[in-house]
Amino acid sequence: MSNHAIRDGGRLSAWRAAWVIARRDFTAILFSRSFIFFLLGPLFPVVVMGLAGGVGAQVQSEASVADVGIAMQTQDVDAMLAAHSELAMQVPGSVPPMVALKRLAPGETFDARSVLEEGEGSLAAIVTGTLDAPVLTATEGRVARWQGTIGLIAAHAADQQTRIYPPVGTEIVGTSGAAENSGRLRTAQGGQVLLFLLIMLLASMVLSNLVEEKGNKIIEVLAAAIPMDAVFMGKLFAMLGVSVVGIAVWGSTGAAILYAGGQSLSDFANPGVGWPMFFVLFALYFAMGYLLLGSIFLAVGSLAATVREVQTLSMPATMFQILVFFFASLAVTDRGGVIEYTAMAFPLSSPFAMVARAAAEESLWPHLLALGWQALWVAIFIKGGASLFRRRVMQSGPRGAKKRSLFQRLGRATG
Amino acid sequence: MDMATSDFSPAHNMTRPLAIEARGLVKRFDNTLAVDGVDISIPEGAIYGILGPNGAGKTTTIRMLLGIIDPDEGYRRVLGSDNPQDVARRLGYLPEERGLYPSMKSYEAIAFMGALRGVPLPEGRARAKVLLENHGLGHAIDKQIRQLSKGMAQTVQLLGTLVHEPKLVVFDEPFSGLDAINQGKLEVLIRGLADKGTTVIFSTHVIAHAERLCEGIAIIAGGKVPFAGRVDEARDRIPAQVRLETRNSDGPWRAAMPQDARRVGDFWNFPLPESGVEPLLKALIEGEAGILSLSIERAGLHDAFVAIAGEAAARDMVTQAPGEPA
Repeated sequence: MSNHAIRDGGRLSAWRAAWVIARRDFTAILFSRSFIFFLLGPLFPVVVMGLAGGVGAQVQSEASVADVGIAMQTQDVDAMLAAHSELAMQVPGSVPPMVALKRLAPGETFDARSVLEEGEGSLAAIVTGTLDAPVLTATEGRVARWQGTIGLIAAHAADQQTRIYPPVGTEIVGTSGAAENSGRLRTAQGGQVLLFLLIMLLASMVLSNLVEEKGNKIIEVLAAAIPMDAVFMGKLFAMLGVSVVGIAVWGSTGAAILYAGGQSLSDFANPGVGWPMFFVLFALYFAMGYLLLGSIFLAVGSLAATVREVQTLSMPATMFQILVFFFASLAVTDRGGVIEYTAMAFPLSSPFAMVARAAAEESLWPHLLALGWQALWVAIFIKGGASLFRRRVMQSGPRGAKKRSLFQRLGRATG
Repeated sequence: MDMATSDFSPAHNMTRPLAIEARGLVKRFDNTLAVDGVDISIPEGAIYGILGPNGAGKTTTIRMLLGIIDPDEGYRRVLGSDNPQDVARRLGYLPEERGLYPSMKSYEAIAFMGALRGVPLPEGRARAKVLLENHGLGHAIDKQIRQLSKGMAQTVQLLGTLVHEPKLVVFDEPFSGLDAINQGKLEVLIRGLADKGTTVIFSTHVIAHAERLCEGIAIIAGGKVPFAGRVDEARDRIPAQVRLETRNSDGPWRAAMPQDARRVGDFWNFPLPESGVEPLLKALIEGEAGILSLSIERAGLHDAFVAIAGEAAARDMVTQAPGEPA
């Protein structure tokens, strides 16, 4: 007997007890047949979305406006555009779209960096200089990708017979302005949607798990042996563990689809905090969002006596969470405004708002603050849910709550 | 406890420390008084029964004693601790509503219940296999709970209650759902636990089990404890029953008969008068009853229970305010 884990011959510590519950739930779910369907379920829409996305991407690439702007003297601009058109026909898809940004007078200079950083639309790079010495200003990734292509176009524009490529000067910018912002906005929205779908899926699963527990009538055995908080925590963390397995499978599949499609993360707008940190924060906000909603669903489960009642009660909770999601989505468009700050402060919308912020902003300290704030609310929700459960469920006999209607119980619980 | 005449109080058990001591336990659910001032004292190593009709408050009392729910008033001390949860490692509990995970194997279910009480999983598995073998369920070790009969599953849960070798075991209606053979086995198991010094408390509304097993009982009716004490004390709460057969059907002796005497066939049945057997015999003889047979039987626990619980229920009905939930 490992006496160190047992306080003075007494009960297990809350964490140890939660571990016992989590371990059982985790293995029970993982080795159940239904887990295969849990894993496969989201893959069907992903495959459909992947196929639809492939078609959409093709359409978008056909319809997209120029990405590379040219700011050279008039004759050089015309020569570049002509060479671009010719090469685009010879090697379609290999040269980026190109537009004349400004035709410069002799001696006139052009500040490509500031135009890019403050620019509009999808302008991603600017070519300045001359045909013999073009200068490409863009983000590091795009410079690496387009430097050779610009040299080829410039060489072609200078002399169609030439086999000597001019050296392409480069100037790296940290951002491409509005184009980057627009990309980040898409990343933020995508992150929010993914977060919402994952959380809703898992929160409803944890609810089903609790209802099953009540159906098995084992809950009283648990309540007699360990603190109810530990039961709640164990159940929540077991499902979190299951979700980690699920996300690993889904993430690997998604990465495989991206790889097969010849895409990489560098093709998407770089989140404010960078991709690695964005993934870390996404995982943390997913955990917090799930724990918050999961604890609410567990509390809902404690009020319900039957599966039908669970469905009745969880519907308003689900609808409320959808409203919260919409609110957080609205916050994306109000960066630095009252809505964004409110969404970040309200516990249930905070994970969504902060994921969006991770996509849009570089600073990390607000995330530390938000994670601490959310963790506090997770603790409050779990404590409240456990207390509600203990008060509402552990009644027996004809005098107990079982004989009262659902609405009477709701009234009592909230009153 | 205003209504109890005696209990397993420390005065009764000077040499035995108390496993459970509860005073004035009150529990309300919303506006309903489920338990109203329960006092119980149970010495270590005793087999103790909590008797009462359905809905009397037995389960709520047990839940308060085990710390599953907290009382609104009163206090309880379990194995020397004011907070039963702090001695959970030494408690075993079989709830009335049995529950196990259907997909778990028998030995895993027992080991899991041990893990909840601090037994490491590998050790719990080893203990579970021994327990199952010892209780004739060796063939079911690797079977899932859903594959077992109801009685077997109930035995598995019972063994899960004992896997951590608790000092105090509480069974809520342990005999319900068991056939006669398994009820007998359970009685043997309970006696065996007590022989090892384990305190066993069980609730039941089948009085025969309590009469055979218990050293002490508490009768709960209407959320109150009208009696707590030794089984023989409960039996003494109602007078012994006289069974009389006479040669003469009428005569002066009839004046000696109590008013509530009932004639069933050739026999008269009535409670022994408070004055005792000697004045009764004298009156019958002098009144020329022609006594053919006369027996005096001490009341059984069943009769005592019905009388005590029935009185309490009747008192409840009288004192209950109009509109108050029953």
